[in-house]
Amino acid sequence: MTDITATPMLPKRVRFDSEEMVARVKRRYRSERLFKSLGGAALLLTAVFVVTVLLDIIYKGLPAFTQHHLVLDVPVRADVIDPKGTKNPEDLRSADYFALMRDALATAVPGIEGRVEKKRLNGILSSGAGNELRDRVLADPSIIGTTVKVPLLLSDDSDIYLKGKQTRVTEIPARGTAVPSATKGEITITSSGTEFADDVAVLKKAIVNRIAELKSRLTIVETRDPQAAEATSLKDEIAALEAHSSQPASAETLDSKMPSLLVAINGGLVKLSSISDSSATGTALLPLQSTNEAAPGKWSVVTYDKPESNRKTGDLEAAVLEKLRADGKVENKFNTIFFTHGDSRDAELAGILGSLVGSVLMLIVTIALALPFGVLAAVYLEEFAPKNKFTNLIEININNLAAVPSIVFGLLGLAVFLNFFGLPRSAPLVGGLVLALLVLPTIIIAARASMRAVPPSIKEAALGVGASHQQAIFHHVLPLATPGIMTGTIIGMAHALGETAPLLMIGMLAFIVDVPQGFTDPATALPAQIYIWSDLPEQAFEAKTAAAIMVLLGVLLLMNGLAIWLRSKFERRW
Amino acid sequence: METLKVDMTAAKRLEAERIAPVTSAGLPAKVVARDVNVYYGEKHALKSVNVDIPDRGVTAFIGPSGCGKSTFLRCINRMNDTISICRVTGKITIDNQDIYDPSLDVVQLRARVGMVFQKPNPFPKSIFDNVAYGPRIHGLAKSRTDLEEIVTASLEKAGLWNEVKDRLNDSGTGLSGGQQQRLCIARAIAVNPDVILMDEPCSALDPIATAKVETLIDELRGNYCIIIVTHSMQQAARVSQRTAFFHLGTLVEEGPTEKIFSAPSDPRTQDYITGRTG
Repeated sequence: MTDITATPMLPKRVRFDSEEMVARVKRRYRSERLFKSLGGAALLLTAVFVVTVLLDIIYKGLPAFTQHHLVLDVPVRADVIDPKGTKNPEDLRSADYFALMRDALATAVPGIEGRVEKKRLNGILSSGAGNELRDRVLADPSIIGTTVKVPLLLSDDSDIYLKGKQTRVTEIPARGTAVPSATKGEITITSSGTEFADDVAVLKKAIVNRIAELKSRLTIVETRDPQAAEATSLKDEIAALEAHSSQPASAETLDSKMPSLLVAINGGLVKLSSISDSSATGTALLPLQSTNEAAPGKWSVVTYDKPESNRKTGDLEAAVLEKLRADGKVENKFNTIFFTHGDSRDAELAGILGSLVGSVLMLIVTIALALPFGVLAAVYLEEFAPKNKFTNLIEININNLAAVPSIVFGLLGLAVFLNFFGLPRSAPLVGGLVLALLVLPTIIIAARASMRAVPPSIKEAALGVGASHQQAIFHHVLPLATPGIMTGTIIGMAHALGETAPLLMIGMLAFIVDVPQGFTDPATALPAQIYIWSDLPEQAFEAKTAAAIMVLLGVLLLMNGLAIWLRSKFERRW
Repeated sequence: METLKVDMTAAKRLEAERIAPVTSAGLPAKVVARDVNVYYGEKHALKSVNVDIPDRGVTAFIGPSGCGKSTFLRCINRMNDTISICRVTGKITIDNQDIYDPSLDVVQLRARVGMVFQKPNPFPKSIFDNVAYGPRIHGLAKSRTDLEEIVTASLEKAGLWNEVKDRLNDSGTGLSGGQQQRLCIARAIAVNPDVILMDEPCSALDPIATAKVETLIDELRGNYCIIIVTHSMQQAARVSQRTAFFHLGTLVEEGPTEKIFSAPSDPRTQDYITGRTG
């Protein structure tokens, strides 16, 4: 091996196969791998978050795009809706169509007696159940006196129940025979064998589990504060449950805090209140057709897992809805109301159109003001304004404005547009004015940046052939800067579309039922609508909120798509 | 001859020029500069330049980087106006008209004094629109046919017509570097200027494109007063009839190209030409 002797001045020649060099290369590869994997992990984490949020919104929001209806044959009785027989549209409009719906429902679900029960039965319908028929009658008054098949809008809770979001329903066919004691009212069902033993066991087990759960909770509460009010109530509950479980091993009573047990027999449904191994007692929710003995497999025990006190849809409503569904009278249709109506306190009647139109009107005002003002201000500041302390001050202020909290713009709108100029409250015009102020700095900054990005040689070329400064800017620099200006504008518009805080101050965070017809009508905006709905207690509004978010994201996506399309179209021309 | 302008004061010369502008070479003078000083803020970039540039022919400005030759060129069409910190004193006349006169419209001046830049800078528009832009903004064409004629003539003069006649609607930026530069020349001559200023027009081009542009300049010199700034002394020798040497902001000497390259009177010129400075 020949040794290379280095001169004293230079470092030793690198030997790539030396141990040190191999280690060095390895170390470099390791650090590169680490960097790559960290970057990948960061990307993955972001993707996971985004996908989780999106999936959650879609999962929650999709049910809001469909709505259950009852499809019933409704006799359009002239004596109810047109007693005078004039067919006057004014009278027809204000007639009581809901009464017709009530009657049709009573026909479809016979045997419901008692004032409270009837009221609960009618409660499965929406208060707007008659609207569809009203529209049909107004469109064609000749159907008065006939019987028509119309969809009846169900209430939000019924809709959610039918979407399976309230309780799990299990139906177990019985193996023995059973005899009910009556067809309605209090009924005792006696089975040939120990048909109910399993159910009793399940209930007992549930109680034992509940006691254990409560006790562990009690321990936690007591270690913290033995005198706490919660400890006392827990102790009471445990004592009650223990007394309950000390009943004979073969019997059990049910209350609304336990899963509901029902027996479907002879075409009726009995809600059980006490149960033993071989017999059960309860009240009929739906009347039985006879007291005949039911053969094995012809009757069954139905369980609603969630205790009645914990759900919006009671056992009676659930029983009626299940019956209607079994009769094929329930239809799940695309929820057109959501896209054709304004807000409502009834979830099934609430729609997005009002706020969508409000947002669109607002954005029209915003873009009509912010784009020309922003671009012209940018052109002037960038190209024509003298460079002095005053223009410097303006520039600094524009940059600072972009960082001002949006609520401040709302306050300004309140003080200037509402109080000083006396413009109407809640109007898209004012919202658009405020949002225009909000996005103006964004557009100015973006426009200036994209004008600065145009190569100066283009401007020089134009000046060189004798174009004036203004011609050079408007013929050459501005067109070339347009894609960048448009991107900035779209970003600004997206910002404006998602803004809620400034709308608070000018009264656009409001319950507005009517779809706005013009720039001065009261309106709300999409994000404001989302906020309002997210605040409401009804379960159905949870889905509406998610659906509204989907609509908002859809509009944003559409806007960005439009921007990209316009940009590519524009750039091809140049 | 060269001593003439040293002897006379600027004021006296101006007085003389007003009667009969004649260059030191005896040719009629087109562009006359008297005591031109340019300041970039505090920096004194151009110091008391006096020169007479003849009509018809090519005058080359040579000199090391930063010597002020481009600055002086940009004074002739007042391109320096676009630089806010730039200040020009003294007097420049074209055809006896003071171009720094406040009553003179700078846009009209630039229509008379065309300019070709260092880097080819066609507009990102069609070839036709590139050439037609000048005539359009100055209203030189009465009709579409007029405009087409102007564009055709300009492209023919610039030696580009045969290469682009089938694709006038293609983008000007899609041409090769040399073609782009000839397009820029066509654009400059489309408004029919008196003077064409060229700021190192071949520095971004390959030798073949350079040769084509040089041939073009040679063809154009019969009709225009061409002033070219160049770093290449060979180019100056090839295309110009007169040469001016700038050094550290001063115009050292100006004269017929053969004389400057064969027998310069100033030692600084001598040093630069022989490659000792620069």
